[in-house]
Amino acid sequence: MSEAEIKSLEAIFEQRIAQDQKIEPKDWMPEKYRKTHIRQMSQHAHSEIIGMLPEGNWITRAPSLRRKVALLAKVQDEAGHGLYLYSACETLGISRNELYDQLHSGKAKYSSIFNYPTITWADIGAIGWLVDGAAIINQVPLCNTSYGPYARAMVRVCKEESFHQRQGYEIMLTLCRGTEEQKAMAQDALNRWWWPSLMMLGPTDDESVHTEQSMKWKLKRKTNDELRQQFIDQTVPQADILGITVPDKELKFNEERGSYDFGPIDWEEFWQVVKGNGPCNKQRINARVSAWDNGEWVRDAAVAYAQKQEDKKMATAS
Amino acid sequence: MIQNKDLIQYILGISDNAMILGQRLGELCGHGPNLETDIALTNISLDLFGQTRSYLQYAAKLKDDGSTEDDMAYLRKEHEYKNVLLVEQPNTDFAYVIVRQFLFDVYHLLFLEQLSESKDQQLSAIATKSIKEVKYHVRFSGDWVKRLGDGTKESHNRIQAAIDILYPYTNEFFEASEVEKLAMSSEIGVNVQDLKTEYLKLVTQLLTEATLTFPEQVYFLSGGKQGKHTEYMGFILADFQYMQRTYPNMSW
Amino acid sequence: MAKNWPLWEVFVRSKNGLEHRHFGSLHAADATMALENARDVYTRRNEGVSIWVVESKNITASNPENNGELFEPAQDKVYRHPTFYDLPDEVKHM
Repeated sequence: MSEAEIKSLEAIFEQRIAQDQKIEPKDWMPEKYRKTHIRQMSQHAHSEIIGMLPEGNWITRAPSLRRKVALLAKVQDEAGHGLYLYSACETLGISRNELYDQLHSGKAKYSSIFNYPTITWADIGAIGWLVDGAAIINQVPLCNTSYGPYARAMVRVCKEESFHQRQGYEIMLTLCRGTEEQKAMAQDALNRWWWPSLMMLGPTDDESVHTEQSMKWKLKRKTNDELRQQFIDQTVPQADILGITVPDKELKFNEERGSYDFGPIDWEEFWQVVKGNGPCNKQRINARVSAWDNGEWVRDAAVAYAQKQEDKKMATAS
Repeated sequence: MIQNKDLIQYILGISDNAMILGQRLGELCGHGPNLETDIALTNISLDLFGQTRSYLQYAAKLKDDGSTEDDMAYLRKEHEYKNVLLVEQPNTDFAYVIVRQFLFDVYHLLFLEQLSESKDQQLSAIATKSIKEVKYHVRFSGDWVKRLGDGTKESHNRIQAAIDILYPYTNEFFEASEVEKLAMSSEIGVNVQDLKTEYLKLVTQLLTEATLTFPEQVYFLSGGKQGKHTEYMGFILADFQYMQRTYPNMSW
Repeated sequence: MAKNWPLWEVFVRSKNGLEHRHFGSLHAADATMALENARDVYTRRNEGVSIWVVESKNITASNPENNGELFEPAQDKVYRHPTFYDLPDEVKHM
């Protein structure tokens, strides 16, 4: 294809997206669109399966049977969501194994919040409330993104995820209505998860490299800073109901803006965790790598068995 | 007529099997050979905890002193848990997970089919509901036994090793404890001895199909039903009871 | 060996009377496993009463590059639709 032809195809393509038409796997698409989508969808999928680890950490120790089944179901949902998203990604011509290789080698990123440890039961509440809360803000607009398989996967994810945040908030509520010790546990979890949750919505707009293109392709509907403000505005009143304090001395409602003003975020910490220096980065990747490596003989066995059955069928047919 | 306290003990024996196996499967969530198997094993774990809760809610009602399912589940000493030794064996590798599951599932289904005819209506209802779930468990674990047995040389060796280690725990299923005898004689409980022939037939059939064999000259191990557990049990409970023991008398 | 499990497409009938609808895909070594995985992955919330699985490579798909010749010719065949025909309002039930 000549450069002029590509240019005109690109123009038609951009126009289709502007008119809210969906792009499907076999449609012509600019290479950059394909690459950007593989990157974002796989990051999203990786975040789901790495996200299973800090929460999975508490399955065996959940304090009641009701909490245990809810947590199991939630972590299982995350496996499901990872699966939907990897599948959507595979429609762009990359295999799940290749995507795993990128994750295991450190080439691909995932949400850096999962590099923080879950050290008390309240962390399970805080993750559901704050991390899933922030995730929902990010994800709901994606149900309408331009790439069909991604949008469809997100519809399913959002539908299933609606119980996750409620599950977390209910844990927090129970703690805050419990003993002093339980309430202190909830406060401590909020202290540790608040700032990482704000960071989770991405670098500030002036630092964010992909925003403009992503807006055009409807991978994003609002900027990181807008999303962060929305998250803070909806979460602070929820903390008030719990009766615990957001760990930000500068947090104050601004009557004029109708929004909360908040203190500076420690972006140095954010970038360090992104680079792999967070408290659990190595542990998380090691857990994934060892699950995958230890599973290889199992996956191979299943393929060998399927092949033998196929051969037997052929032999009896002939 | 069986007394309430014995009936409660009988129910705990049944539900501890489901609960401890569910707990073992819960350890695996996020660490399986791939996402699809992770999701499947978690489903089995959820089924088992669902059954556990039904049994324990019933036992708590019988106890009639304000106890909840969680009091029944969490606040016992190790020797008061009455699960068979098989279900507490560790997730050494995927072959152990599958073999433990399969050896239990086949027994579990036969057991529930009998329990569904219990004169105790609650137990019969729980069993009837659980049968559907456990039929799927048998299918799932049985299919995987075949895949690993008749897959690669490595998978064959690994699963045969798991069978050699775990098979000696299976006879305990059929050794009726005192409380099981009581429940049986009042037509509430299952005659576990009667299940043995059918069990061995079903398991042997599938193992043969999977090119696997039982170990010869087995010395069978038991004790779980009397509360005499393997060394693994204490660590399972250390995790399981951690919150309830560290922060007593709180609601979660 | 490290052979990949092939990709399967999953179709689920959510209740009798409705058609099977494409729900998504997954990996499985064989058809039996694909069905079991589909049950575990896609019907956890009581979404289905029947499942079909098809190995993705067995699906023949039209090429969007041919969409012009494949689908546009149908656009002006308006006589295939009831609204093409003019009838007086007095004619009922037609």
